[in-house]
Amino acid sequence: MFKFTEENIKRIEKARSKYPTALAAVMDTVYIAQEQNGFISNEVMEEIANILSIDKVNVLSVVTFYTMYHTKPMGKFHVQVCTNVSCMLRGAYEIWDQVREKLGIENMHVSQDGKFSLEEVECMGACGYAPMIAVNEDYFENLSKEKVEEILNSLN
Amino acid sequence: MERIVLPDIPNLNQIDVYLTNGGFESFKKALSQSPDDIIDQVKKSGLRGRGGAAFSAGLKWSFMPKTTDKPKYLCINGDESEPGSFKDRQVFEDNPFQLIEGAIITCYAIGAKVAYLYIRGEYHKWIKLMQKAIEVAYDRGFLGESMKKTFGNDFSCDLYIHKGAGAYICGEESSLMNSIEGYRGYPRVKPPFPAQKGLWGCPTTINNVETITNVPKIISNGWEWYSKIGAQKHPGTLLYGISGHVNKPGVYELPTGILLTDLIFNTASGIPNNKKVKCVIPGGSSMPPLRGDQLEGIRMDAESLKEAGSAIGIGGVMVMDEDTNLLKVLIRITHFYHHESCGQCTPCREGTGWMEKTLHRILEGNGTSKDLDLLISVAENIEGNTVCALGDAAAWPVKFMIQRFRDEFEQYVKNEVTIPVPNKVHSMRNTSAPLANLHK
Ligand SMILES: Cc1cc2nc3c(=O)[nH]c(=O)nc-3n(C[C@H](O)[C@H](O)[C@H](O)COP(=O)(O)O)c2cc1C
Ligand code: SF4
Ligand code: FES
Repeated sequence: MFKFTEENIKRIEKARSKYPTALAAVMDTVYIAQEQNGFISNEVMEEIANILSIDKVNVLSVVTFYTMYHTKPMGKFHVQVCTNVSCMLRGAYEIWDQVREKLGIENMHVSQDGKFSLEEVECMGACGYAPMIAVNEDYFENLSKEKVEEILNSLN
Repeated sequence: MERIVLPDIPNLNQIDVYLTNGGFESFKKALSQSPDDIIDQVKKSGLRGRGGAAFSAGLKWSFMPKTTDKPKYLCINGDESEPGSFKDRQVFEDNPFQLIEGAIITCYAIGAKVAYLYIRGEYHKWIKLMQKAIEVAYDRGFLGESMKKTFGNDFSCDLYIHKGAGAYICGEESSLMNSIEGYRGYPRVKPPFPAQKGLWGCPTTINNVETITNVPKIISNGWEWYSKIGAQKHPGTLLYGISGHVNKPGVYELPTGILLTDLIFNTASGIPNNKKVKCVIPGGSSMPPLRGDQLEGIRMDAESLKEAGSAIGIGGVMVMDEDTNLLKVLIRITHFYHHESCGQCTPCREGTGWMEKTLHRILEGNGTSKDLDLLISVAENIEGNTVCALGDAAAWPVKFMIQRFRDEFEQYVKNEVTIPVPNKVHSMRNTSAPLANLHK
């Protein structure tokens, strides 16, 4: 059974204290759960509903709407390539092909060893530093093919 | 030119540097006047929203009810998800305390005790920076209960970050409020407007990050000073974000009303390999594109751009050189709006998908000239017929790109073949199939 760690329970209480309703803390709580569990399973959703005393339907509704919540495990390194206009104008699709070939996986897939997952993402707010990729929480900007190669090789 | 939002002061993101440079003096000054006086000054300064619609900030604040038994709220919009927009993150990084000071002045003016700063979830790094700055502000008595002691006044307010989770639509103000409340980011039907019924049904003001960051300087230097900077009807500076085919892309703070050509050819150092400009989208991808051969004399402020047939939006200037395939650009833009449509309104949900499919058909060489007219008419049927402005944002690029670059689009549809339109309904969120054709 999924249970929040002591530390995360404290973080959830803190999130809860920002708002007049418990429901408003659901997004923060889903993030905390995803950090602990890697993805949001049915069981995790139940525990989120439990800890906030809200309906599970509300948790499900949020988890399925926002693209940054994952209902399946992602790779240890979740590689995101922006292909929106500003990046596209500066070679994002070449980077996209390069990353896909190098990792050997398609959009929203995870590599067999669980090390990598890949996502084609919409504008990340880095348009002036295009092309860009993000790995988990980190942005890599002003990329060239060589730099992308280097970044991917350094992920261990 | 003095910069207002991102002053050229090293380490201004450190509290002590901010304090030595007059930090929180504006708030002190504000406290010595009535909230109505503050609203009046912001109104007279001419400050207009930097989140897209360029609406008068002071006027918006004045819509907040003076007497109400409900709590009032301030929302600060840092969703920054419009393609071409990457300026607010610079404020989080370089001048977080001026944003905080702007927030507390605004809370004082509108009578709010709580402000939420909504930041897009992908901005992990900038959320951490901003969170750190907020913690420092609490520690030093510039936020929360201890403000009362610091400033010797009864007023206090709290500021919290709400982290988004990947949904462009949450930048739309009513959707943002639903998102804070813990719901899906569905826009609400307006009226009622946020000042009547916003967060949890309470009076709420919402402004963009850059808008709020301007406020302290208006209070400390006076509205007359501010109103004289840049374009008369749209004064101040803008954080111009320039991207695409320019030599020096980036964020530049310059007065409103400067020439678009200056911005491209001087500030951003022109086009790589001295190529010609084919197309410029001046305000972020939702705004009508302009022809590269008609940029002469266009100024970067709300009025001038409207006259030129576009809009200032968030000031994100996307530049495309002569070799750009505009069909591919338009497909990419339309895919974005289709993917981000929340699906509530039929014209937006179905229309964006239909436009994307038709454009793809043209790319595959199976389009006709009639398709181009049909695309324009579908776009016109979306425009103005939806709950929120994402509908217009999706319609404008299609309509104006095809109208203004008809010559180029006619070339893509030279071979006349008719193929029936597939009418599969896409699921609106998580339609993350890669755009396989665009990179060929
Ligand atoms: C689809 C859509 C997305 C939007 N995204 C943003 C955004 O990311 N940031 C923002 O400040 N305003 C955004 N807006 C505009 C907001 O609805 C709102 O007008 C703005 O935050 C008000 O602030 P301002 O008056 O200071 O500009 C968006 C609007 C729409 C229709
Ligand atoms: S216009 Fe589009 S995004 Fe806006 S409410 Fe309607 S369906 Fe949703
Ligand atoms: S278009 Fe790629 S970061 Fe904006």
